[in-house]
Amino acid sequence: MRVLIAGYGMAGARLAELLAERDAGMEITVAGAETRPAYNRVLLPRLLSGALAERDLRLHDDEWARRAGVTLRLGDEVSAVDRTARVARLAGGAPIPYDVLVLATGSRVVVPEIEGLLPNVPGVSVLRTVDDFLGVAEGVADGVPVAVLGGGVLGVEAALTLAGLDVPVTVVQPSGRLMERSLDEAGSAVLDGLCRRAGVSTVLGRGAVRVYPGDGVKLDDGTFVPAGLVVLAAGVRPETSLAERAGLAADSGILVDDRLRTADPRIHAIGDCARFGPVPAGLVAPAWAQAEVLAEVLTGGDVRYEPPPASTRLRVGPVDLTTVGDPCAPTGEVLRFEDPAGGRYARLAMDGDRVAGAILLGLPEAAAVVADVHASGRAAPADRLSLMFGRALPGSRAETGALVCRCNGVTRESLVKAWRAGAADAAALTAATRAGTGCGDCAGRIAALAETLRPKETTVEPAQDH
Amino acid sequence: MKTAATVASHCPYCALQCGMGLAPEPRGLRVVSRDFPVNEGRLCRKGWSAAALLDHPERLRTPLVREKGVLREATWDEALDTVATGIRAIQERHGRDAVAVFGGGGLTNEKAYLLGKFARVALGTSQIDYNGRFCMSSAAAAGTRAFGIDRGLAFPEADLAGADAILLAGANVAETMPPLVRRLRRARERGGLVVVDPRRSATAENASLHLAPRPGTDLALSLGMLHAAVTGGMADESYLASRTSGFDEAWRVASRWWPERTESVTGVPAAELVAAVTALASARNAYILTGRGTEQHADGVDQVSGWINLALALGLPGTPGSGYGCLTGQGNGQGGREHGQKADQLPGYRSITDAGARAHVAGVWGVAPDSLPGPGRSAFELLDALGQPGGPRGLLVFGSNPLVSAPDAGRIERRMAALDLLVVADLVLSETAAAADVVLPVPQWAEEDGTMTNLEGRVLLRRKAAEPPEGVRDELGVLGDLAVRLGQPPERFPAAPEAVFDELRRASAGGPADYAGISYARLRAGEALHWPCPDESHPGTPRLFGKRFAHDDGRARFRAVDHRGPAESPDRDHPLWLTTGRVLAQYQSGAQTRRIPELAAEPSVEVHPETAGRAGLADGGMARVVSRRGAMVARVRHSPGIRPDTVFASFHFPGAGRANLLTNPALDPISRMPEFKACAVRLEPA
Repeated sequence: MRVLIAGYGMAGARLAELLAERDAGMEITVAGAETRPAYNRVLLPRLLSGALAERDLRLHDDEWARRAGVTLRLGDEVSAVDRTARVARLAGGAPIPYDVLVLATGSRVVVPEIEGLLPNVPGVSVLRTVDDFLGVAEGVADGVPVAVLGGGVLGVEAALTLAGLDVPVTVVQPSGRLMERSLDEAGSAVLDGLCRRAGVSTVLGRGAVRVYPGDGVKLDDGTFVPAGLVVLAAGVRPETSLAERAGLAADSGILVDDRLRTADPRIHAIGDCARFGPVPAGLVAPAWAQAEVLAEVLTGGDVRYEPPPASTRLRVGPVDLTTVGDPCAPTGEVLRFEDPAGGRYARLAMDGDRVAGAILLGLPEAAAVVADVHASGRAAPADRLSLMFGRALPGSRAETGALVCRCNGVTRESLVKAWRAGAADAAALTAATRAGTGCGDCAGRIAALAETLRPKETTVEPAQDH
Repeated sequence: MKTAATVASHCPYCALQCGMGLAPEPRGLRVVSRDFPVNEGRLCRKGWSAAALLDHPERLRTPLVREKGVLREATWDEALDTVATGIRAIQERHGRDAVAVFGGGGLTNEKAYLLGKFARVALGTSQIDYNGRFCMSSAAAAGTRAFGIDRGLAFPEADLAGADAILLAGANVAETMPPLVRRLRRARERGGLVVVDPRRSATAENASLHLAPRPGTDLALSLGMLHAAVTGGMADESYLASRTSGFDEAWRVASRWWPERTESVTGVPAAELVAAVTALASARNAYILTGRGTEQHADGVDQVSGWINLALALGLPGTPGSGYGCLTGQGNGQGGREHGQKADQLPGYRSITDAGARAHVAGVWGVAPDSLPGPGRSAFELLDALGQPGGPRGLLVFGSNPLVSAPDAGRIERRMAALDLLVVADLVLSETAAAADVVLPVPQWAEEDGTMTNLEGRVLLRRKAAEPPEGVRDELGVLGDLAVRLGQPPERFPAAPEAVFDELRRASAGGPADYAGISYARLRAGEALHWPCPDESHPGTPRLFGKRFAHDDGRARFRAVDHRGPAESPDRDHPLWLTTGRVLAQYQSGAQTRRIPELAAEPSVEVHPETAGRAGLADGGMARVVSRRGAMVARVRHSPGIRPDTVFASFHFPGAGRANLLTNPALDPISRMPEFKACAVRLEPA
């Protein structure tokens, strides 16, 4: 069976790996537009600080394709598909016949219509590829100010990363709220405070009307944001043009069924370009889950793709943010905690004993618990405070009883009994009960107990010296 | 008067092998404090109460033979004749492999060694394995592939006391090895004690940072930590370059486990994961130690490799004052895995498939190399084959109680019932002994000389302090008598412990675990000898890997391991995870400790109060815990410190209280370790 994977991003690379591992006698070809091996997009922001180098991001080494028996066509994307003949054509002209075609074309950057704005002219950059990020890293090296157009998750992450490198950075967000699609108004406000404290200037409710590459951005109220570099972070769209040219249906993503099949049973789609259920959000977890399901399906397995619950996770600088489900779902019960000074915010929409959605900002322990409860569909704890803060509050802690020495099972009661029988100090209590002869951690508690017993009881039993 | 007659001994329980004195009393012996580096006179209550079993009314004092379904008293000659006749009959009809041997990690080196020799030479069977397979096998395999040699700790445990940070993965030392806890004090005071455990164990209670991953996700956690170490600039680049190989491949896997993704799989907050790595990386001296919690999984070897990879990335192994180690469990868990009672090994930690090793050992034994059988089945596979077509029809058990300790114990019970001959040597009528056709009463630790190798690879001489009860005979003599009945020359099976040890030294000479230079005389003189010790002038090796690792190129090897998760998943009928372990007052299958009144305990299951409430289980009530294989009954203990999706039960109890009726015998592909630590269950009121 000849399998052609159109796209060598995180979804395409994962599928190629899984199919090669299964060793099912397939002829696998992968075509990717970029000239370098597949890399880990999640780690791209690490290039800005230099914490990682380009080679650290590679998902495959140079020898991978040879070892795996996969034909790699780098720098050459699929440009047309003849579904009747089952032949794909590469931009370089080569025809590739296929039995199965997998579209893993990813997404493309949205370029808003702003006067003077052209992506990738000097002084303007998008954030999509290794080269984009390396370019930005180079562009900010001598401390030029940056304007980030877009206050969604990508824009906020880029701005906070740059601020962490002491780059002066301004986020321009026309809508008036940061991360408006994930956060409610109060959550956006707390996030805004955190960004400002981290050194990010935010301009909310005003949009850019003109970009002067290398100089800055003019806003709709006439003010000017000076910026040696303008970074475009206005979002991405599923890359569906190839599929549409081939006559396949797309609506915010190439439409597929739960076996990741398009209307043409020989053509599948996975990753950012594919849509089953909700609009794809550009996350890796569903892309990899789809690759795993499709690898099963193509090798004869009977599995179905279930979209994982929607979530956002942002951890950069002082921000630790998690959202799951629909935090503003109209359920009967909403829990909120707002601590703008501390940079913390929580909103939980409870549907009976399930979590319908949540925003957790600055509450990392709670985020892990709530995400787990939400994803598993498990009933949430009746103790809502412990749910919202991720840990049981003082008072609900385990009663360990009056055990003083765990190693030897000695209780306070038996120590007092030994004292009454004449063990007058810590050493004697230890000799009489073995308390403290194991790990010895309780030595202080035994001494303290001996101390509290002494004055009170010597008056009762003055004869103890005899 | 007391001091003159006090005998230097070691505790009969865990792998710390705490020193203890045994002082004669008008009736029996009394445990007294003795200075020894590992415990400096300290003991937990198991050690202090150990002598209570010596003159226990339930001690076996005569052999038992089953007649008309009932065990009755018999003479030694009758019992041994019955065994030998039974073995011959089975082997004549079904071949030599139709008789199997099952050993234990609590046996002395001498017994473990002679048991292996007895199986390979007198029985001529390949079918021998031991309960250490259920214990240290995953760490052993991972240690060998990373470092070229497997010794639980490559350094004296006292070194831990100098560390600023220690990570314990799946080890609850506050209950399983209490005296070791004092070595953690400095790390704790400096905020560097990190404990990885799905429940807030006694050890986690005192940790600086407690990470509570979902059961079976430790490998994802260590991958996430490796990721955080590298992206945070905390990897030790010069160590990676000079002392290791294979980092790039391991990073390629770890690069996919960014902390936020790791969080979604493990449930450990990304921020806490990063804090744990930072604590280890910023310490001057740091250790990563693994225990059964991370090792007893169907991917246990890879889980341990994940922790070793992290230790290597931080530059710990082989660096003075830092390292990686496995906290060996059973008393002689270390020595027991070195001298040939394991299915694939010959003495000295040699491989049974290696021609040179076979020739060397056959030479010491005075037999032809070709006469030695090849590798046999691993512990669970051996037990699971009993009485099955092609499987063993006779089984000899020494120092083990698999009806309580083996996974899927109900199935093993059925397998054992299908045997033609079950022989059990033990000191009390354990659950397995009670099912036997012949029971042989043997001595306990204070009634014999012998060596043990503790978790540091230090060889200890345990001295005889009292005569065993009348009617009890030691295993060395029993094996010799049986061997002679099976046609072996008597001189081939010496009965004196020192003579057996001297033979073991020759058999181990030149192997990875080389005991050649360790003698009873040197041990009696008080020398602290850690293997390898190749000759009598060699001082032993307390610390390994200072200059080079044991692979040919001298480098430690990363393994590119990836997270797989437990072999079974929860579903509607079994929505919770069960994880099993030990409690302080009990030891292993409980055959010893359950008989000591001051250690009294009952089966219990720890449940989060929310989870218990939903199942209608009050604190102190009785629950049935049901898995896909069986059910146990236990008292419910509400525990707010355990993950709400997880329950914990200890495995020390027999009958309906057996946690191993539930556990999953899915095996690790390399170590053949069963998955004791993660199976899907539900709770019901009992």
